[in-house]
Amino acid sequence: MTDETKQTQAGEKATWLDNPKHIDYLVWALVALCVLVAGADFFYVKHPHFDVEHIRNFYGFYGFACFVFIVFAGKLLRKLVMRDEGYYDR
Amino acid sequence: MIANVLPLSLFPALILIVGGMLIPLVPQSFRKVYMLALPVVGLLHFLSYPFGSYGEISLFDFTLSIMRVDGLSRIFSAIFFIATALNIIYAWHVRDTLQQVTSVVYPGTALGGVLAGDLITLFVFWELAAISSVFLIWAGRTERAIKASVRYLIIQVGSGVLLLGGLILYAHDTGSIAFDLMELSSFPVLLIFLAFGVKSAFPLLHNWVQDSYPESTVSGTIVLSIFTTKLAVYSLARGFAGTEQLIWIGAIMTLFPIFFAVIEDNLRRVLTYSINNQVGFMVVAIGIGTPLAINGAAGYAFCNIIFEGLLFMSMGAVLFRTGTIQASELGGIYKSMPITAFFCIIGALSIAAFPLFAGFVTKGLIIDAVSGEHMIWIWAILLFASAGVLEHAGIKIPYFAFFAHDSGKRCEEAPPGMLIAMGISAVLCIGIGVYPAPLFALLPFPMDYQPYTTAHVITQLQLLLFAILAFVVLIRVGVYPPEIRSTNLDTDWFYRKLTPAGLSVIGRGLNVARQWISASSQKRLDQFIGRLYRLHGPESTLARSWPAGHMALWIAILLGVTLILNYF
Repeated sequence: MTDETKQTQAGEKATWLDNPKHIDYLVWALVALCVLVAGADFFYVKHPHFDVEHIRNFYGFYGFACFVFIVFAGKLLRKLVMRDEGYYDR
Repeated sequence: MIANVLPLSLFPALILIVGGMLIPLVPQSFRKVYMLALPVVGLLHFLSYPFGSYGEISLFDFTLSIMRVDGLSRIFSAIFFIATALNIIYAWHVRDTLQQVTSVVYPGTALGGVLAGDLITLFVFWELAAISSVFLIWAGRTERAIKASVRYLIIQVGSGVLLLGGLILYAHDTGSIAFDLMELSSFPVLLIFLAFGVKSAFPLLHNWVQDSYPESTVSGTIVLSIFTTKLAVYSLARGFAGTEQLIWIGAIMTLFPIFFAVIEDNLRRVLTYSINNQVGFMVVAIGIGTPLAINGAAGYAFCNIIFEGLLFMSMGAVLFRTGTIQASELGGIYKSMPITAFFCIIGALSIAAFPLFAGFVTKGLIIDAVSGEHMIWIWAILLFASAGVLEHAGIKIPYFAFFAHDSGKRCEEAPPGMLIAMGISAVLCIGIGVYPAPLFALLPFPMDYQPYTTAHVITQLQLLLFAILAFVVLIRVGVYPPEIRSTNLDTDWFYRKLTPAGLSVIGRGLNVARQWISASSQKRLDQFIGRLYRLHGPESTLARSWPAGHMALWIAILLGVTLILNYF
């Protein structure tokens, strides 16, 4: 990073996202949206193809679980396949 | 109208191929306008063709059909023209003639493949696409790019050889070269199937995408990301719709790239894994093969070219301005490139299939087709893969490039050409998402499909929002893996490390054997020569110089013996 860049950063105006409190607002908004869409399952009639879809907020639980699984599986995969950057150049 | 101006014998693919080859003759000041005119004129001209076959040529006992226009080829051709135009706008700042020519000629060859009415014409364009596209990788002009392009060319031409072998045997067996539905029950058809499989990057045949595409230039990677794999998807849809094996092949394609994408640091390489994953959705749909599913594959291919292209464009802009595309070196770029960040988020929302975006209305077709066939495991896998898409393309790409930890990098916003191309793509993503009717009218089969049902919107929002919640939780508790500059082994390890290492071991073994054989035969030869020397050498008995007295004595003895023998 050059000195010029540092000066620009020091002088630049903080954005809305620079405030950690605002990030918390976004997280809470997301939680509220999740509650909303999960709760919406109680207010319409479903015509599912599979029995498992009868579970309330099935898609929400499944999405959450898949995401966590993918990330942890990725971490394991990294142990198996990660090499240094110049691996193929040697 | 163009229809009244250009003759039908001037095939739309030729407008791009021949027009593209003439680019070097056009002055730079006028060149961009000329280049943009090619796909625009080509598309308008193409739309003037009624459904049917054109350009029939007799070759020996076969009749070639250079161009076939029907519902399936029309939608792929239309998006190929649109994508070519968008890429030309995106690369408005590029003055490299090699890239300019290739970014028009290569889409033209892929278009020729899509419009091919027979297997021989398909093969010709299949190989032309392979050869013309390699120049885009070479255009990277780095040692890595050159090496990757050689590997790419070998694999692509190999796919062409499979196709050629398959079509020769197929023509011999059936007497037909028709590029229509084939049954995967004979060896020739298997060869053709594998040729399509290589180009659409089936599992284990996929890694040429990650190996080569990220090595191209800023705009070259975007061009590459579109045409080859989608030509293969079209070919599968044309030749193997309803082939059940494709359902599981496609399902695996949607799954495995997800895990590699999580740990990949190069964000353009992350998107190449995304190509594999996205093509997987299309392949599943082709395997199901119902009209709804084929509509899903074609419609999803159409939209994917736009939103995946938009993501590639935004990452290209970041690379162009900051000089890096490693997630570990980026972050906070939204402060410098807010418009690019905004467009990237539109692309991310589209690929994640949020309601009101292009991915939602077309991926829904595929999921519905799977549900309609009551394939619960495939359905579960595709939902899982949807969460995966959200992870790597929906969140990782925009989050680590533009937000996350501020890298301190400050740069200019993307150039106007890039912004305009991204802007048009973003408008298309939202436009198709909000009003999908024109796209649905372009699909190969008529259908009655309503994407915006309460259940579809709510369940999709549940899946995506809770997956985002999982991301937030993992980031907050510090479990989400950090971005690390690294090389992650994939199937290219087999031909980049194992094969050379194996050959090296075999070479060393042969060398040892050669030395042993050489040493042992040398020893035997030495022994033989030694014996000869002892017998015939200057010191040997036979070569000894005898005195003349001995000779006279022996002659006297011989004569005496002869005399005695004569008395009897």
